[in-house]
Amino acid sequence: MEVAEGTVLSVEQFKGQALSWQIQGGVIEVSLHREPCNELGSLSLLELEKFASALDDLEEDAHALILSSELKCGFCAGADLRELYERSLSMGKTEAARGVRDFLERIHHVLNRIDAAPLTTIAAVHGVTFGGGFELALVCDLIIADKMARFCFPELRLGLIPGFGGIPRLKRDLGNAVVRDLLLTGRSFNATKAQQIGLVSQVVAEGESLRAARATAAQMGKFDRQTAIAAKQFIKPIPAVELQKEIDIFCELFSRSAVQAGLKKFVESTDARPYLP
Amino acid sequence: MQTAEQTLEEILTLAAAHFKVQREKLSPDADFFKALGIDSLQTLDLLTRLENHFHVELPDYELQGVTDFRTLAGKIQARL
Repeated sequence: MEVAEGTVLSVEQFKGQALSWQIQGGVIEVSLHREPCNELGSLSLLELEKFASALDDLEEDAHALILSSELKCGFCAGADLRELYERSLSMGKTEAARGVRDFLERIHHVLNRIDAAPLTTIAAVHGVTFGGGFELALVCDLIIADKMARFCFPELRLGLIPGFGGIPRLKRDLGNAVVRDLLLTGRSFNATKAQQIGLVSQVVAEGESLRAARATAAQMGKFDRQTAIAAKQFIKPIPAVELQKEIDIFCELFSRSAVQAGLKKFVESTDARPYLP
Repeated sequence: MQTAEQTLEEILTLAAAHFKVQREKLSPDADFFKALGIDSLQTLDLLTRLENHFHVELPDYELQGVTDFRTLAGKIQARL
């Protein structure tokens, strides 16, 4: 059956313009499919919020959640910088700053909800997993990457820091020296390196991350759910204070003219390599 | 350890095969963006394939200003 976009078929199934979800065999699968590379803007946020609302019901019948991308380019290229730039142009400085804070508060709410979900959550990633896309993956309990996955926090190139909870979550999961390397150099790194530093739990062949995530999710279904929930609460606290601090620092930095210049340069670039430093 | 020429040849062969360009049409000094017809995301794909093939880590900032296969091979050779 052909399903129109934006249709909530039931709480168990949704097909939107940016993402879709369905639940099968106790596993919720959320797939991203917004061209060109799942950039996270207002549309994606709306549909993520829709998903977060549906999660209350979905998790009653689920033990696992898988996030993945249907697009060849990768998991997610991060925040929609074009939308961010264009919106900031059409607004005054104060209004733009308020809009950014509102967006961040809303996306943090969604990501915190997924982070703390009483499910085992898995990001099945491939290709570009940059900025906000990297932050989306970091929300999950496990990251399974195909060997072509590439991770990066390029925000410093724009005069910003990651704003979707990336720093507190990286600090939660990795050593501070690694965090400094990734953040301060802004370099991208591959799945093998990501596994070496403890970020990625499994590296699989090209095109195999979703299959591996499904196999892992099926295994999770064999365990007592209440034990898994108790274990997750114990080992994966939400770094709430740092997350709020990150929003504050991001908003402070965003108001600087250097950021507008950086965004302008990225958006208007005819360089064949805007994703390279 | 393999020679710089061997590294260069492996890069050309890998790039030609993956981006479906005849190997003979790729010269060591060609601009790989033009020769392969690739954009920035595909360049990252190429970088990842090269890192996996040679088992090296090549920070992408080292590619700043690099446009030809020979210079790219030199960057990789320095990390073998």
